[in-house]
Parts: sequence; C-alpha cells; structure tokens
Amino acid sequence: MEQLFSLAADNLISPIILSFVLGVAASLARSDLSIPEAVAKGLSIYLLFAIGFKGGVSVAAHGIDVKLGMALLVGVVLSAALPLIAFGLLQVMTQMNRLDAAAVAAHYGSISIVTFVAASSILESRGIGFEGYMVAVAAAMEAPAILSALWLVARGAGGQSKGMDGALMREIMLNGSIVLLVGAFFIGWATGEEGLAEISSFIVSPFKGVLCLFLLDMGLVAGRGLREGGGILRPGVLTFGIVMPLVAAAIGLGAGLLLGLSTGGVTLIMVLSASASYIAVPAAMRVALPEANPSLYLTLSLGVTFPFNLTLGIPLYVAIAQAVTGG
Amino acid sequence: MQTHRAKRVEITIEAVMQSRLTDALNKAGVTGYTVLPVLGGSGRSGAWNRSGQISRAAGMVQVVCIIKPERLDDLLDGAFSVVERHIGIVTVTDCDVLRAERF
Repeated sequence: MEQLFSLAADNLISPIILSFVLGVAASLARSDLSIPEAVAKGLSIYLLFAIGFKGGVSVAAHGIDVKLGMALLVGVVLSAALPLIAFGLLQVMTQMNRLDAAAVAAHYGSISIVTFVAASSILESRGIGFEGYMVAVAAAMEAPAILSALWLVARGAGGQSKGMDGALMREIMLNGSIVLLVGAFFIGWATGEEGLAEISSFIVSPFKGVLCLFLLDMGLVAGRGLREGGGILRPGVLTFGIVMPLVAAAIGLGAGLLLGLSTGGVTLIMVLSASASYIAVPAAMRVALPEANPSLYLTLSLGVTFPFNLTLGIPLYVAIAQAVTGG
Repeated sequence: MQTHRAKRVEITIEAVMQSRLTDALNKAGVTGYTVLPVLGGSGRSGAWNRSGQISRAAGMVQVVCIIKPERLDDLLDGAFSVVERHIGIVTVTDCDVLRAERF
C-alpha cells in the first residue's frame, strides 16, 4: 500500500496537474486570470487532433487485433451500464429526485476526453505504453450513457423525457469533438509513422505545453463552477462525486484485465470509466431533460469529479494498474 | 420619410436550442432573423457569463425577428413549441421599418 501511495505521489507532481491546480486556486482566489474563449477552443481542437492522430499512428504501427473490437464493445457496455450504477448510488446517497439523478447518472457513464488526454500524457511521460485504439474506445463511450439515462427517466412514473429524437442523436454522434477525434484517428491510421514524421514538430513537441495551458483554463472553469455552484453540494452529493469515479474505476480495472490490456490500457479504461462528461452530455440533457437541474450535474462533473480525477484519481489509477499488472 | 409598422420579436434561448428554434421559425414561414451571442446575464438560476463556458449547454443566444404584424401569431406559435419547456424569454415590441417589402 505504501508503494502504491508513493507511486501515486510521483504521478501527482507534473506540470499538467499543477497547471490545473493553479487554475483552480486562481479562480477560488477570485483572480481576473482568464483564457479567451476562442483561445480555449483552439487549444481543445489542437489536443483532440493530436491525441486522435497519435492513436491512429499507434494502431497503424501495431496492427489491428481482435482486442480492438472487444475493447469497443466493452466500452459501449460500460458506458451503458455505469449510469445504472450511478443512479442506484445517487438514490442511496442523496435525496435527489429521479429526473436529476438520471441526468447526473448520464454524465458518469459518458467520458471526459480531457481527463483521458491528461492521463495518456502522464502515461507517455512515465514511459508506460498503451493501446492506440483506446482513443476509439473513448469515442464509443460518449453516447450510450445518454440512452441509459433517458431509459431511466422513461421507466419512472410520469417520465418527462422527450426521448432521443433523430436530431439529438445526430448532434451527439456528430458533435465536433467526436468528429475531430475519430477523424484524426483515421488520418493517423492511414498515414502511419510517415504522416506523423511530417507533422511531429506540430503535434508531438508542443503537446504538453498546450495541454498545460488548456488545463489551466479548465482549472479556472472548475474553480468558478465550485465557487458558484458550491451551495448545491450537500455532503451526500459531494461524496457521490468522489465515490462514483472510484467505483467506476474498479469496474474499469476488471474490464481492462478481462480484455488483457497493457498497463497503460488498463489505466486508460479505468480513467474512461471514472471520468464524467461535461461537454456532450450536458448539452444533450438540456435538450432531452430540460427540467433537470443543470447546476447540479455541471458542478458535480466539472467541479468535483474532474478535479478529483485529475489530481488524485489518475495518479491512483496509474499506481493501481501498475501494481495489478506488474507493469 | 415613409415608415411602416412592424413587430420586433426577441427570443433569448439556450444556445443548444438555437437550431431547433430557427427550424421552427423557418417552418412557420419566418425566414428572416438575426442570431446574436449573449455575453452573460443574471436570472432565476443566478448570474452567468459567457467566458469560461466549455459546454454549449450553458451558453445563451438571442434570435431577433422583425415581421409584419399579421404574421406574428404564426411566429409565436412556432417559437412557443420550442421554448415551452426550456429557459427562454420571448418579448414582442412595436417598431417602424423602412422598406416594408423586406419584411
């Protein structure tokens, strides 16, 4: 156990995580530091392209195996099943009504691509390899959770869900992040190492610096969310925001071991399971479940679970994956 | 200068609902409108600001239409079908326009 915490502490001290902490601290201290909206958008486009491209190159280098299909299937199952667990936990731990609980649950089945990017960057910096196709698994885990949440609402008495209409489904499946991530993945896959060599000075060397700036911004946003939405975080709700990622990471660990993934792959599926969406799912919930309280799910996913995963969760998941797989 | 009476309708709505609203307006035969970004504000859910919004779920936009008075009901029916369950403010004011044939 001591070794586990020592490994986790080593992972905690990185420019990426400390940049995020700076953002949270600045925001909580009410500093006027801010990253312009257009710059933040540009940074996120860069990160999604780079991570997708590198994932595709990795698959081109190592080839496709049956594990890819299995990993995608497991990702979809996890995304669909985790909201049911989250919903059950919320009913036990909080006084939340069914509608709010279902909306929150959807966030915990879907994923945070920034948490994924941060985790893969930390793995790279520690020289821990992972399966390139985990990018595709991340994309596959975005939407099923939303369907599960809408099913939970529809199943309840007097469900107020509009259901998933074609327009909403299209918006989720074709949201900019997914299109960029998957598109870059296929470009990387098609062009392979040669393609990477052509643009490596753009997408490899500056990657960590850009990630630091982006996480600084995310820290500012998370800190602001905590400051403004902190009032709704009753003890049970706050505890859920920390317990749920740990439960989901444990399930992800089991799935990763079942799939026979590498140490890095196991870490990433733990991270994907543990993370909570704050981009695609909130938008979907505003359309499908407008009566659910947005400050509840945004504060929980962005103000509690995201900072927890970034500062303590990822280092812990890396350490556990290393201890379990011996990597 | 000759002016003509018209109605100015302002609909402030969540950004995520923008395309649904403009689709409903198009269906109601309203093809002329302007979409404006909303920088921030304060309402029943408290103060909010456009900067630092990483999700489309949290932003707002304003759709402004200027139409002939006789077409107002169709527009409002279309708009109401979208804003009924969502955060949204719909206001109607009288205005005067030049070149009535453009509305």
